Amino acid sequence: MEINSDGRMRAITDTSFYKNQTRIALRNCGLINPEVIEEYIANDGYMALAKALTEMTPQEVIDEVLASGLRGRGGGGFPTGRKWQFAADAKGDIKYVVCNADEGDPGAFMDRSVLEGDPHSLLEAMTLAGYAIGAQEGYIYVRAEYPIAVKRLNLAISQARERGLLGKNIFGTDFSFDLFLRLGSGAFVCGEETALLASIEGKRGEPRPRPPFPANKGLWGKPTIINNVETYANIPVILLKGADWFGKIGTEKSKGTKVFAIGGKINNTGLVEIAMGTPLKEVIYDIGGGIPNGKKFKAVQTGGPSGGCIPAELLDMPIEYDTLIQAGSMMGSGGMIVMDEDNCMVDIAKFFLSFTQEESCGKCPPCRIGTKRMLEILDRITKGEGKEGDIELLESLAKSIKASALCGLGQTAPNPVLSTIRYFRDEYEAHIKEKRCPAGSCKALIHYEIIADKCKGCGLCAKVCPVGAISGEKKQPHVIDKEKCIKCNSCFDRCRFDAIRKY
Amino acid sequence: MEKMVSLTIDGQKVEVPSSSTVLEAAKKLGIKIPTLCYLKDINEIGACRMCIVEVKGAKALQASCMLPVSDGMEVITNSPKVRESRKVTLELLLSDHNMECPTCVRNLNCELQTLAEELNIKSIRYPGEKHAARYDDFSPSIVRDTSKCILCRRCVSACHDVQSVGVISPNHRGFNTVVAPAFDKSLAEVACVNCGQCIMACPVGALKEKDDTDKVWAALADPEKHVIVQTAPAIRVSLGEEFGEGRGAIVTNKLAAALRRLGFDKVFDTDFAADLTIMEEGSEFLDRLQNGGKLPLITSCSPGWVKFCEHNYPELLDNVSTCKSPQQMFGAIAKSYYAEKTGIDPANIFVVSIMPCTAKKFEAKRPEMNSSGYQDVDVALTTRELSRMLKEAGIDVSKLPDEEFDEPLGISTGAAAIFGATGGVMEAALRTVYEIVTKKELEKVDFHDVRGLEGVKEATVDVDGIKVNVAVAHGLSNARKVLDKVKNGEADYHFIEIMCCPGGCVGGGGQPILSADERWDLDYREARAESIYEVDRNMPIRKSHENPAIQALYKEYLGKPLGEKSHKLLHTHYNERPYFDTK
Repeated sequence: MEINSDGRMRAITDTSFYKNQTRIALRNCGLINPEVIEEYIANDGYMALAKALTEMTPQEVIDEVLASGLRGRGGGGFPTGRKWQFAADAKGDIKYVVCNADEGDPGAFMDRSVLEGDPHSLLEAMTLAGYAIGAQEGYIYVRAEYPIAVKRLNLAISQARERGLLGKNIFGTDFSFDLFLRLGSGAFVCGEETALLASIEGKRGEPRPRPPFPANKGLWGKPTIINNVETYANIPVILLKGADWFGKIGTEKSKGTKVFAIGGKINNTGLVEIAMGTPLKEVIYDIGGGIPNGKKFKAVQTGGPSGGCIPAELLDMPIEYDTLIQAGSMMGSGGMIVMDEDNCMVDIAKFFLSFTQEESCGKCPPCRIGTKRMLEILDRITKGEGKEGDIELLESLAKSIKASALCGLGQTAPNPVLSTIRYFRDEYEAHIKEKRCPAGSCKALIHYEIIADKCKGCGLCAKVCPVGAISGEKKQPHVIDKEKCIKCNSCFDRCRFDAIRKY
Repeated sequence: MEKMVSLTIDGQKVEVPSSSTVLEAAKKLGIKIPTLCYLKDINEIGACRMCIVEVKGAKALQASCMLPVSDGMEVITNSPKVRESRKVTLELLLSDHNMECPTCVRNLNCELQTLAEELNIKSIRYPGEKHAARYDDFSPSIVRDTSKCILCRRCVSACHDVQSVGVISPNHRGFNTVVAPAFDKSLAEVACVNCGQCIMACPVGALKEKDDTDKVWAALADPEKHVIVQTAPAIRVSLGEEFGEGRGAIVTNKLAAALRRLGFDKVFDTDFAADLTIMEEGSEFLDRLQNGGKLPLITSCSPGWVKFCEHNYPELLDNVSTCKSPQQMFGAIAKSYYAEKTGIDPANIFVVSIMPCTAKKFEAKRPEMNSSGYQDVDVALTTRELSRMLKEAGIDVSKLPDEEFDEPLGISTGAAAIFGATGGVMEAALRTVYEIVTKKELEKVDFHDVRGLEGVKEATVDVDGIKVNVAVAHGLSNARKVLDKVKNGEADYHFIEIMCCPGGCVGGGGQPILSADERWDLDYREARAESIYEVDRNMPIRKSHENPAIQALYKEYLGKPLGEKSHKLLHTHYNERPYFDTK
């Protein structure tokens, strides 16, 4: 709780966590009751749709989105307006609007917040998209692990249908549009757009090469646009307040705001929505409140498991699509995990790669076997079995996988490894050449020892040792049997005389 | 006219139709891009990443097999980046492969092996753990060895799209992905029809026929056994390929010589039994046509098709001819008529058949196929297994003199020979049915309407004033089209020929295997079928009912077609099978 100098509690919007945020996508989250459509309507809900259907042509809607400079918030950052234009220009009477709500990055819940906190904004945006490209139907592909989101989406859809905001002749116009839910089965790869479409069609969720892009050949072979939840959540506001207003927020090439899920070694965890171009430092120190326990900041991983780790020396970098890519990471869907001095960067790379490796669909060999081999190499490095040349092997494999994998999952999976090698090569070398983990995190590489000069012989360490690895006479220096020690850190935590050394 | 587009590949300009892929455009220029999962028109999924190329302006490398051409496109197929990526991908595939090449059934006919040689792979930089493999040999026809599988999915497309059988799919995901029947069941427990088209599509040795050669070697070495062999129509136009002859080379008489040298006591011909089948099936058709029996009549020579019907169209089982297939008719006659005629105890007669087919192995083992009191056919070998036996025995088919088949079960007509190509059974039946009904000699024995590789062929034949509507389908997805029409009452067919494999037996799942590259350059089914019709043209007798040995068989033993003995020995019945074996 933050208190003002006059002793009164500070308004939530004035707290350091909130005052630096600009909430567009999350504008209603937490403020309205998502299960009551009137509350959404009272906050300008469905106004943009009314405006578009009664005052604008479909092309004018696309033009507005184009002019806003909005880019996809789910991964690649492709200009949303252009995507819509391609689908609008594609030949065919039947077209589809699809929402990617298969948010799968570990620790990320931006989309979930919108789905659970403001489902009507998604419905309104998808209907707008349908009007813009000439679609009659839309599908929301939502992960089954979000039961509240599913419940509220279903409720929102039925409320919208009852009030004529979905279905035939919306607002009394010729335009008809309806929405349906499809539940994902928990495969991360289904966040890739072609895999997602395959899954909606009832096939095994795995990607196919593009082109053809979904805008030309998408769901059931028909022109289709796919955007993620956060992208859609921006649309009604853009149409209501105008592209000019939106364009003033953010930077030249990255307009508007982005929601991040900040986690890891940081004081204030949670969702933050900031204007594009905000320096990383501001997010981590001003909004995030810095690193707990006085530890030193080491790196921040952005872009989810396929993103990269950005080191302290780049903290002044403004957050934009292109700056993140130059730094060897990416915007992704907005994961932001902070690491401090206790995190081993080889271990971090291994953690993220093991996630993508598990989630590989298995269709192409670079991803299916390549990420497995990279993981095996990382595994042996963290176990002290790394070999001279392993770093180069990782680099050559990573480069090849990035170039030749079939889809975005494989093409980005090596990012955590490449970025940690780029910025923390010395840590890799310490593991391989000196069999040492500088962060003291890789169990196989750390050892415990009692410093005889400091040991008072109190016996506390021997008492807490769960495997009886510590012995010694009372008031005499104790010793640790390294064969028995399981490196649980209990003795280290309990010693009151700093007599235990970890090396 | 399709629009043409112009693009540049490796600095050379090329003009191709706008629907082409970059891979096709490169081929037109004579530029070879390596492929592995690509099987033209069957499996075009861009999975294996071997055919990647650099495209100016594109971030990642692109799979040329699926990449549509566009005007002004600039493609590089052979940059250091492309070569290195292909090598890394291939090394990764090899690192997860069991590498037992010298003992593999596909040794020296393996696309993975060839590619490793072509891409100059001399070591594998990324060794590591291999995926947990399954070895499934419960099926009497097909063996799956996933330790060799490279997950190219060619078999999956063959099973799903070509055959519409769909019993194998990728299971699990990532490194644990395995192509298998659902729930990791065996092929023997699912609605697999044993057609072997998956084997024909497999670039490596992950799918192969169940090898029964040891049983034949043992029989040949047994002095008690009278071992006789029959060889299917399609073998005489395919076996030569395994011995350096051209695709579809006719080796009928060298085949007889080779079998004799292997040590068979008598070298007979399934063609004899094919003529017999025409007598029975033609009579059955006439009987149904004239006496209000169940129509349309559907042929039953193809055991893959029969099992498919049992699983998928049980309501049409009464339409399927009760005739056994030529393979089984041969076995039944060998162990009855031939045994009696020669005075050999049928218990000591061992019938081996050489078939273009893996499903024939299953058929031979069907429990109902023992009407002579003995199993009709003891062992069914594929063309490939015969080739392996011959090579093991040092017999080079291409170097043998021409020899004749033995009498009487080696005498046949041109009508029997064409059983090996799609439409052949129909044509052979029409030749006989026409003459039986009209009692006039057929002026033109060639029925061109039912020949060729079109998926479904239809014709109306005037048989003495009766308009007989016939349909011919090959490949089970084509068969489905015809069967659905029949099922929904949308067709007025009288007689339907269905062959399980595309092209008929010339394209059977037991035939010599061609690489994807060869299949792109040449339609092997067409080449073999052309030879089949040449065999027919060159036969002195071209109608089954004129076969003197068949006439003698009826006179001496069977009496008449559909007679009592025929009924017992040559006819059978089929039963509905569940989609999954729930036992």
